[in-house]
Amino acid sequence: MAHAADGSNYINAEKGLMSWFTTLDHKRIGILYFVSVMFFFLIGGIAALLLRGELFSYNAASNVGEILKNGDVYNQVLTYHGAIMVFMVIIPGIPAILGNFFLPLQIGAKDVAFPKLNLASWYCLMLGAALAVATMFTTRVDTGWTFYTPYSIRSGTAVSMMVVAAFIMGMSSILTGLNFIVTVHKLRAPGMTMHRMPLFVWALYSTAIIQVLATPVLGITLLLLVMERTFGVGIFDPKLGGDPVLFQHFFWFYSHPAVYIMILPAMGVISEIITTFSKKVIFGYTAIAYSSLGIAAVSFFVWGHHMYVSGQSELAGTIFSFLTMLVGVPTAIKMFNWVSTMYKGSVEFRSPMLYAMGFIFLFAIGGVTGVILAVLALDVHFHDTYFVVAHFHYVMVGGTLMAIMGGFFFWFPKMFGKMYSETGARLSWVFIFVGFNVTFFPQFILGAMGMPRRYFDYLPVYQPLNRISTVGSWLIAAGFLIALYTIINGLLNGKKAPMNPWGAKTLEWQAESPPIVHNFDFEPVVTAGPYEYK
Amino acid sequence: MLLWIIKNQLGNWAQAQSFMPTQGTEIAKSVDSLYTFLLYASLISCILVIGGMMYFAVKYKRKSANDKTSYISHDTRLEIIWSVVPLVIFLLVFAWGWVIYHDMRTMPKNALEIQVTGMQWAWTAEYKNGVKSGEVVVPVNQNVKLILTSTDVIHSFFIPSFRIKQDAVPGRYSAIWFKAEKLGEFQVFCTEFCGTSHSNMMTKVRVVSQADFDKWLTEEADSGSLPLAVRGEKIFNNRCISCHYSDKDMVKIGPSLYKLFGKENHEMDDGTVVTADENYLREAILYSQAKVVKGYGPRSVMPAFQGQLAEKEVVALIEYIKGSK
Repeated sequence: MAHAADGSNYINAEKGLMSWFTTLDHKRIGILYFVSVMFFFLIGGIAALLLRGELFSYNAASNVGEILKNGDVYNQVLTYHGAIMVFMVIIPGIPAILGNFFLPLQIGAKDVAFPKLNLASWYCLMLGAALAVATMFTTRVDTGWTFYTPYSIRSGTAVSMMVVAAFIMGMSSILTGLNFIVTVHKLRAPGMTMHRMPLFVWALYSTAIIQVLATPVLGITLLLLVMERTFGVGIFDPKLGGDPVLFQHFFWFYSHPAVYIMILPAMGVISEIITTFSKKVIFGYTAIAYSSLGIAAVSFFVWGHHMYVSGQSELAGTIFSFLTMLVGVPTAIKMFNWVSTMYKGSVEFRSPMLYAMGFIFLFAIGGVTGVILAVLALDVHFHDTYFVVAHFHYVMVGGTLMAIMGGFFFWFPKMFGKMYSETGARLSWVFIFVGFNVTFFPQFILGAMGMPRRYFDYLPVYQPLNRISTVGSWLIAAGFLIALYTIINGLLNGKKAPMNPWGAKTLEWQAESPPIVHNFDFEPVVTAGPYEYK
Repeated sequence: MLLWIIKNQLGNWAQAQSFMPTQGTEIAKSVDSLYTFLLYASLISCILVIGGMMYFAVKYKRKSANDKTSYISHDTRLEIIWSVVPLVIFLLVFAWGWVIYHDMRTMPKNALEIQVTGMQWAWTAEYKNGVKSGEVVVPVNQNVKLILTSTDVIHSFFIPSFRIKQDAVPGRYSAIWFKAEKLGEFQVFCTEFCGTSHSNMMTKVRVVSQADFDKWLTEEADSGSLPLAVRGEKIFNNRCISCHYSDKDMVKIGPSLYKLFGKENHEMDDGTVVTADENYLREAILYSQAKVVKGYGPRSVMPAFQGQLAEKEVVALIEYIKGSK
């Protein structure tokens, strides 16, 4: 394929800041998301470092060496860390950045089905995020990201504002999901059958279904909470005749599927990276594709496993435990398939592959501890202890964040037409991977020992492991700083990227690096599956 | 025989291996047996997946850009095996966990019932004869049922050594039971986030012999005939001592009460100055937010004891504080 006649691409086709804020190009919107999500990640990350810094020592009694002033400040930082990382980083992370950019490219389309809606969804996220960040300058929110009632009703803080912010960001998620579903059904290139779609597209498609079906429930729940706070409608507060546990049911009906909004796209990224850097057809394409749909379906019926000790009936707990076990199976299948893909392959340890292997390592640990938590009798002990904190960081950070980093280094040459320093990328991986384990593995042990989560201070016996954990958080921070330097350096000084630096087979690598405005010079015609390494 | 090993030996050994706290009940032992089984199953699974990945990565490391790879798209038999085997293990541990959970949730008959109420940020145990206590004192080797509720937000009553936990929800009752097998003090945490002083909302379950328990219960009930200051000291040791010193001028979590009574220039957080007389102390105990001591505001982390202490208890407490000099 020849270069576009005038050498123009989506980055230089139009100039000026306004051309970015009014763009309808899915690739540019992907970049907008990239910049904003990375900014939110910085804020959430600083909050995390403050929390870990505070927990370096037990000290509430003596007021010595405290980083955060008191329990109230700690609770606020904890809330912003959770809410920002969930609603503003991990949920929009892969679908909105990498999905926006590569879904149309991977199916050979010129853009998503509704480009204006796509831009609107970015503005929704920004509006919600602005509101959420603005609460920091009011009385601040201290409820935790879960907004449990009746605490969130009585809390004299900016809860209503934060909840409205989450509602608006939910809108953004719904619009993106809707757009992706229609795009997948209507805009595939000739010959691109459903069963020839790359697995990243399958993962985004499954995610989009959850986004469209589950997010409205969160929206309604949050509105009810605002109604209760503003007008005193007694839905959740027992003082007004409401039921606080009902809120938990509503909340987790969204928020459990939401964890699959976070992890399914990550699994899609991993499928792409493993097959490319093993130079081998993916093992069990159909199983991986349909296990995504399977996880999406079952994810709607497991919310009660967050509530084993909430007072829900033994029967309900038992059913939820059983169904949770069923989610484990498609997840295990994916893990086995990725490992089998490497069998008799030609494995190259480029930085995206290191991140993908790091993902498998950490997700395996996150997965087995998930099974432990799904078991009724064990969860009674582990519920709301650091064991849970460690588990969900292993799946959310060890899983999703490793996939974001891997996917980013994988597609960076395509997105910006430049190569980054491989040494820098590998070094960032070493720090993040090692630092992650140093930070979160000790938390499993702390949880087994009984240390509850969301504690501003703790008993002296927990101090040594907390110290290790805090040191680990500094390693992670160093890793991300190295990654940031590598990215900026690559953007400024990187060599020009070839069209297909990794020898990958999916369609986006047939486009220019960086792609032209309409993605392809010609309409691609697909005649084979996505991973035909023969 | 095998059952006996699982029931007794594995549990004891499990606890030593898994960083779990002391096993205070029979249920704790069975929980630890299941946990140990799962730890080993997890370890084996992780070794298979991670080890397999690393082995393949090294064995099939790229040698040249022109490496030929095998075209293996799927293997139905293998895929069925690795779907079914995890499913069977998952269902096994599900059932095993259910059996133990069923024991946890089935309240024994003839249990000693204690009403436990959570409030921001303290626990109160109330016995049938009217005795109220900040600690939960129970006899050894007897079934005890705690009936939980809350006066404000959701709290959760967690005894790590007994491996049990249950939310205390305002407006409804929930319950847990245990049969403590060891004498001693066992830590209790609040594990449902409840605000400013969530991490200080701790107490103990104190397990004593039946004789000591009966003695304690009677003494607590009869304490009406003791001198006022002695009664006050008991209440102080029960309710206040975790946050206040009364015998030295040092900060614990709250300010010291040593030589407090009669102080005339007692500074408040809003800048006002009060005299620490009986009425001030009464207000400070019952409505902790009314006047907050300088350096501890604007919101005090102390629970408001209004409705938690009887009038004569407040009087006794004030008498004790008067004597702290």
